[in-house]
Amino acid sequence: MSIDTSRPGARSESPLGAAPTAAGRNDRITPRPHPWGVVTWAIGLILVAQLVYILFTTPNFQWDVVGQWFLAGSVIKGLLTTLLLTVVCMAVGIVVGIVVAVLRLSRNRLLKAIAVAYISFFRAIPVLVQLLFWYNLAALFPTLSVGLPFGGPAFFSVHTNDVITPFTAAILGMGLSEAAFMAEIVRGGILSVPPGQTEASIALGLSRPRTFFRVVLPQAMRFIIPPTGNQVINMVKGTSLVSTIAMSELLYSVEAVYQRTFETIPLLIVACLWYLIVTAVLFAGQTWIEAHFAQRRPSFSFRAFVGFLPIHPRATRPRVPEPPTGGDV
Amino acid sequence: MSTETVPASTDVEEPLVVLRDIWKSYGELTVLRGVDLDVRKGEVVTIIGPSGSGKTTLLRTINHMETVDRGTVSVGGRLVGYEWRRGRLHSTPDRETSRIRRDIGMVFQQFNLFPHMTVLENLIEAPRSVRRIPRAEAVARAEGLLARVGLLDKIDAYPRQLSGGQQQRVAIARALAMRPKVMLFDEPTSALDPELVGEVLATMKDLAADGTTMVVVTHEIAFAREAADRVVFMAGGVVVESGTPAEVIDDPREPRTREFLSRFLR
Repeated sequence: MSIDTSRPGARSESPLGAAPTAAGRNDRITPRPHPWGVVTWAIGLILVAQLVYILFTTPNFQWDVVGQWFLAGSVIKGLLTTLLLTVVCMAVGIVVGIVVAVLRLSRNRLLKAIAVAYISFFRAIPVLVQLLFWYNLAALFPTLSVGLPFGGPAFFSVHTNDVITPFTAAILGMGLSEAAFMAEIVRGGILSVPPGQTEASIALGLSRPRTFFRVVLPQAMRFIIPPTGNQVINMVKGTSLVSTIAMSELLYSVEAVYQRTFETIPLLIVACLWYLIVTAVLFAGQTWIEAHFAQRRPSFSFRAFVGFLPIHPRATRPRVPEPPTGGDV
Repeated sequence: MSTETVPASTDVEEPLVVLRDIWKSYGELTVLRGVDLDVRKGEVVTIIGPSGSGKTTLLRTINHMETVDRGTVSVGGRLVGYEWRRGRLHSTPDRETSRIRRDIGMVFQQFNLFPHMTVLENLIEAPRSVRRIPRAEAVARAEGLLARVGLLDKIDAYPRQLSGGQQQRVAIARALAMRPKVMLFDEPTSALDPELVGEVLATMKDLAADGTTMVVVTHEIAFAREAADRVVFMAGGVVVESGTPAEVIDDPREPRTREFLSRFLR
């Protein structure tokens, strides 16, 4: 603690990159090279070269067949179904998840118990079992009706098999179990916001709902988004389970082809490539949204997203300049 | 600027804040044991006392951030958080309570600015959504308040870009933006680095000089002596002594007060 405050310019006398000292030596520090750097690079390059060699010299990959089916109509249709299922199931999962999280944090014991029961139930049963269960719901309840309880007259009734298609079964099975996981993620995010934030908002006279949506949820987003990104990616892959209930998503589409042509490996590679592409795009989006919520307000714009992509030379320029003094915090 | 020259109302003698026989316990621990407190319009009251004396809890009962077990709190002649029904006190719905909270500004030890909003957005959020003031008017009011606390140039900054002292001054401006009848300060300088305390106390003295009604829980004895009209010394959940700074700080009657003050340099 012997900083001479009487000479404010004192620190600027030894700038980095100063001229060589009197003895002719440069006193700038040279970083020590990473140990084994060359060796690890060499091993890595050999492994990559071997992988490329295998990919191009193994005839059973049948790359020409991969190319032939990569953009085929039925595959693209399956891909679009996969994407649609992902979006709908995640939407159901997020909306129901927020509701369940709020119930779980409620002061009302009954509501809290309902939320806990929901989460325990839907987290416990494997998604594949749920899919089969929902798909075969007609075997349990041949008709579904809305009416008075305990077998009273029904106002409205449908045959279960008319309502439960592979698509609705998929949404119920995957969306409802996703909601259980999202509820826990959202709850964690809400709990991560300091209670002082709620207090300050309530003290200003804001209502409880307004406090939740304007103050708590935007701040919780920082903690909610990274795990939600993982959930979306899991959901993309999880939709392949739906092939078991005869829904023609991506995996089912390629299966339908190779069961005819017996070109199993190349068609599975087609599916793999599409899953890779979709998750890569999602990962880029996730990284951007995280960066966005980490520092700025929760509003989105296409221009901001383009600015974020690495193609743009001034990608990371902050919207609000930091104070020039910098060190007064 | 918040001191509109309101003509004296008919019941000018009725104190703005009236606390009567406030009791409060957390389980086995009783933190308030029948406290009475009156704060008149334009008066600056500081509450001092050792940790655990109940002073912060008492302050927080004024805007019902803290419920009470017994007793009444009223601000501007209206009960806060409770209402009489058939001779008994019942809790009012949240909506009623927030209506009264609009008129009570509060400044916290940890500032509690909204970190995802700019300084301007922090200041206009409540006036716009609670008081339904048009944006342009809310912005003009926010600019006036920021100029007053000396931070107009930080209007577009985010709280993390400000020092602790600056954040607390913005927090004071945010509370003032609702044009409250009374301002509550809960140890406003306790979380600040020593060299930043002065700027916040200066802002508060400025408010006090302008006739703002203030209740301040603080450890800053010098501030209490200089800016307060009345000092209340609390210990063990009761008011031990209350009077002008000259009486309580410079010439305390009670041994408990003397012992507490002896720990501060005079």
